[in-house]
Amino acid sequence: MKFLRGLIAGDRQADRVVPPSGFTAQLTLFAAAAMAFLAVFALALSLAAGRLADRWGDELARSATLRIVAPLDQRQAQTDAALRILETTKGVASARALTDADQQALLEPWFGPDLALDSLPVPRLIEVIEDDQGMDAAGLRLRLAAEVPGAVLDDHSRWRKPLIDAAGRLRMLGWISTLLIAATVAAMITLAAQAALAANAQVIAVLRLVGATDDYIAQAFVRRFTLRALSGAAVGTVVGLIAMVLMPDAADAPGFLTGLGYQGAHWIFPLLIPILAGAVAFAATGTAARRTLRELA
Amino acid sequence: MIELENVAYSYGGGELLSDISLKLAPGSFHFLTGPSGAGKTTLMKLCYGALLPTAGNVRLFGADVRGLDRDDIALVRRRVGVVHQDVKFLDHLGVAENVCLPLTVSGRQSEAGNGDLDELMSWVGLTNRAGALPPELSGGERQRAALARAVIMSPDVVLADEPTGNIDWEMSQRLLRLLIELNKMGKTVLIATHDLSLIRATKAHVQARVLRIANRRVQLAGADL
Repeated sequence: MKFLRGLIAGDRQADRVVPPSGFTAQLTLFAAAAMAFLAVFALALSLAAGRLADRWGDELARSATLRIVAPLDQRQAQTDAALRILETTKGVASARALTDADQQALLEPWFGPDLALDSLPVPRLIEVIEDDQGMDAAGLRLRLAAEVPGAVLDDHSRWRKPLIDAAGRLRMLGWISTLLIAATVAAMITLAAQAALAANAQVIAVLRLVGATDDYIAQAFVRRFTLRALSGAAVGTVVGLIAMVLMPDAADAPGFLTGLGYQGAHWIFPLLIPILAGAVAFAATGTAARRTLRELA
Repeated sequence: MIELENVAYSYGGGELLSDISLKLAPGSFHFLTGPSGAGKTTLMKLCYGALLPTAGNVRLFGADVRGLDRDDIALVRRRVGVVHQDVKFLDHLGVAENVCLPLTVSGRQSEAGNGDLDELMSWVGLTNRAGALPPELSGGERQRAALARAVIMSPDVVLADEPTGNIDWEMSQRLLRLLIELNKMGKTVLIATHDLSLIRATKAHVQARVLRIANRRVQLAGADL
């Protein structure tokens, strides 16, 4: 605790006992900034994948589509019959037949805005929303087969699971990337700290001769590397967040990549990156310093 | 204060010191002589915990050195001022900051600002060199700066290992006078040297005990000194 207090409060004299290291310091700063920049994106990827998995899980699990494939003169009658069945089906919260305008909007990206729906055998779609209990899809299919021969029920289960699995794996990949970045920061800081300690063996010998404890010597190095990692990571995080803000807006171009960003309370996570980088540097340098001081004793 | 009892020290398979018994009483003045390679520096290092004996006991201020951890040794070194022939400084800090280093590492740097530092720098004749960097100092100045650094914590014991080895006669006399003054202030002084003229000059001013290392053992030197 005393060590941590000393680290935060600082000691101008203690900071001066370790000679300035110039180029090494700049490299540490740069590496910490680069890692933080990457961490901003890895974290965003993980959070966006998580949101996607949740959304797909929630929305698709509670919805189904009923397709009425029938000759044009029977289509409306079968649609009405299907809606009646759905109204009396347990577990169905609502059912709505898509209007011509809705279907035209769905097909517009492929066929353009001037598609004449009446001239094509386009099936009528019914959007089915389930309640919390959910419906019995197999039972509903049996009823529809008897009363609405042109109805095909798609409860999305065929493609929902692999999508959710993929999003889950993407989320895991994001977290693994974040952990790897943290481990890389630890390795990099450890190497830099060990190099600095080895290069300053004479400084350590002088400090020991005049009565410096290992804690005092370690703190001088730990404080320096922690502050470097902290400030480098802060710069990298800010640059990463600016890049995030400048990404295309999800509202303009819906899709997974355009949704790669932070939303709501998730903005707190990237702000933790510099603090985590500082903590990693603190632990890594402390361990390296104590090991080196033990070896030099 | 510092006591060695039947101490032996071996390194690389060979025994450098054997069956050494030595007691540095408070306020005493000792010389340690012997040819180069006799083990004077090794004995000095045993006296401030830089080396551990391979046999026998070393007691530093009443504590067995083997029972001390590295932090305890650090505390011992705040009570023992050490001056080496090949004195090392932090070259990026000025002379005054180097002199204050023992205060800095023990969290007592505020004590350097009350005029004591000026007095100390004046005592060793380095007032005008306080802001210089160590590489800019001459050999004699480095030794005097090292002495100032060794005594700034007002240690109980001052150990000087060949302190006049790299400096001229006039400067070595000046350094010797400073060490004699310290002894008169009640500090225990142990000087390792092979310079017999230095010993003779000192004996004219203080009662000094002269020890000689020969054949890995310490013996009281004869009247020829």
